[in-house]
Amino acid sequence: MWNPDATMAPRQAPRSAPAPSPLGSVTLVTGPEELLNDRVVRAARNAVLKADPEAESHDTAGEQLTMATLGELAAPSLFSSTRCVAVHRLEDAPDEVHDGLVDYASSPDPDVALVLVHSGGQRGSGLLNRLRKLPTVHEHKSEAVKGRGFAQFAVDEAGTHRAVLEPEAADALVEAVGGDLRALAAAVDQLAHDFPGRRLDLDLVRRYFSGRADVKGFEIADHALYGRTSQALEELRWALDTGVGGPYVTASFASAVRQLARYKAAARGLRDADLAREVGVPPWKLRTLRDQAKAWDEQGLATAIRAVASADADVKGAGGDPAYALERMVLTVSRARVER
Amino acid sequence: MTVWDSLVGQRHAVTALQDAARGQGMTHAWLFTGPPGSGRSNAALAFAAALQCGEQGCGGCDDCTEVLAGAHPDVTLRRTEKVIITVDEARRWVRDAGLMPVRHRWQIIIVEDADRLHERANNALLKAIEEPTPRTVWMLCAPQPEDVLATIRSRTRHVSLATPTAEDVAGFLVERHGVSEERAAHAARASQGHIGRARALAMEEETRNRRREVVSLPPRLTTLGACLQAAANIVDIAKAEAEAQTDAQHAKELRDLEVLYGADRKARSLRSAKAAERELAEQHKLRLKRKVLDAVDRQLTELLSVYRDVLVVQTGAGSHLVNEEQRPELSELARRTTPEGTLHRIDAIGAAREQILEFNVPPLLALESMMVALRG
Repeated sequence: MWNPDATMAPRQAPRSAPAPSPLGSVTLVTGPEELLNDRVVRAARNAVLKADPEAESHDTAGEQLTMATLGELAAPSLFSSTRCVAVHRLEDAPDEVHDGLVDYASSPDPDVALVLVHSGGQRGSGLLNRLRKLPTVHEHKSEAVKGRGFAQFAVDEAGTHRAVLEPEAADALVEAVGGDLRALAAAVDQLAHDFPGRRLDLDLVRRYFSGRADVKGFEIADHALYGRTSQALEELRWALDTGVGGPYVTASFASAVRQLARYKAAARGLRDADLAREVGVPPWKLRTLRDQAKAWDEQGLATAIRAVASADADVKGAGGDPAYALERMVLTVSRARVER
Repeated sequence: MTVWDSLVGQRHAVTALQDAARGQGMTHAWLFTGPPGSGRSNAALAFAAALQCGEQGCGGCDDCTEVLAGAHPDVTLRRTEKVIITVDEARRWVRDAGLMPVRHRWQIIIVEDADRLHERANNALLKAIEEPTPRTVWMLCAPQPEDVLATIRSRTRHVSLATPTAEDVAGFLVERHGVSEERAAHAARASQGHIGRARALAMEEETRNRRREVVSLPPRLTTLGACLQAAANIVDIAKAEAEAQTDAQHAKELRDLEVLYGADRKARSLRSAKAAERELAEQHKLRLKRKVLDAVDRQLTELLSVYRDVLVVQTGAGSHLVNEEQRPELSELARRTTPEGTLHRIDAIGAAREQILEFNVPPLLALESMMVALRG
């Protein structure tokens, strides 16, 4: 039975009634997550091959679609009459072929499985709406994964390998690997394969995956302003190794130091809402600033501002080595605090 | 009246150019250098008029008036409203430069911001200047000879313009624009030899006020809060100024686009219409950035004049103060600080300029850093 939903994480697409065979119908795949879309395409292709091991399969980009290629793709070839045709990036399909696609979709060839992949977004949504109205079109939709969704994806992914990934282990994995579904899926696959029948817990994940992906510039700046020098340096290294740009780090430092300096300079005795407006931060940020401000005086902040500006010029070409410039900035900033 | 009359305080250069226009030492490529506001492009324009005119720049014939008005078919003024000139633009200019003149004399191309030529654009021009077409004359303008490629420099004849003296500038303002002597003297002094700036200061109330605000900043930079505020103010003023100058143009371009494609929804959703709109928005952004940088740069120059004056007072050098009317405040500042401190502050202004103009540091950050260094 061909059921692509089984290959998607359950949270992304609720299980629906099993779809009919992809042959003789049009499978519409929509959503921004490339990995999930690819899985549906692969499942469809496998289903076609199962029905006819001699079947041919074609991949084409929406951009290259013309009326002529469309006709060719659907026409029977000399060697086999069964075909699976996947069109990627449907949103790039030129306007001229829209009518042709809808025409074909309303009466698909029984020996052809047409899979149309749309990467989400507004482009080409007119075509999507026309396709959705046809009874011969079956849609598989995925939502963008974000925030907590990554850990949940990892847990579900382990489930498909008949393994159990503990929630805190999933969090650690996401922190180490980052928010890329392909990388996460590969990591879970590896763990499940290496430890069949074992619960995948925090220890296990820690042993094989360490470090941090997706370090944010403002987190490094916060460490430095709190005086957690070694932590700031460590995360700076992770950030640079995972391809975070130097200017991005200095920009985060500039705004963090600016906020703190404005907070220090603001008049005393303001109400929180007014103070937040004066400093230019959302009100919840005030608590952090109040906390950080204890260890800073005007002289220290002046030193920090100077260091950030010159580091910014250095990473943009004034200095030789951006990594050195950034480390020196982190050190200068965190040492400019008044120790109490 | 001749075409040379609008050049202020450049007797030396004018003599050389007049000779060249008569045929002595004429060549196919010229490099005009001089500090901003000394009239580089005006000198080039006057020279172009003299070359096209039957009487070497009488100032009255059709050729002269058309060149000076920017309407002569054989004289093209190339300038950019962006930060750099790209290689594509330069290649287009080179192609146009190869055309025969429409009238009888020269095909003249004046490049107003040769210092903004991108490296590859420089190389594209070099090709044209190395192997010139017989009747083409290139005139490049830049602040310093070092601003253009060494290989271009060696293939051009160099005309260096001096900073006009305050007396020259004041005399020009009184004569040409009918400004009162006192106001002309103030504007000439405050502009430090920048003629366009002097004219703006003499003619526009708002420009004078804005300048007064900037030069009165230094004595007030005592706390961190004041420094941050001052930096934010300068950036805000620069942005407002730049937007006022470019928004009208952008709106007009969008209207033109509407005329071209139609204003209904269907026309708007055409791919080419959208692409054209994006392109315009991109151009607008680049122009805006350049204007902001120019405005910030101007304010830094004003600020520099204050510390220059403080240093004059501190060292007892006895030369004129640029900001004579602020003498009491400046003397007070001079008394509170040391000459070494003043030099460090001058350095800090130079460093901020370099950070902003050379290394693309956000103006707000560079100015904050500078202001805290000026504190004290």
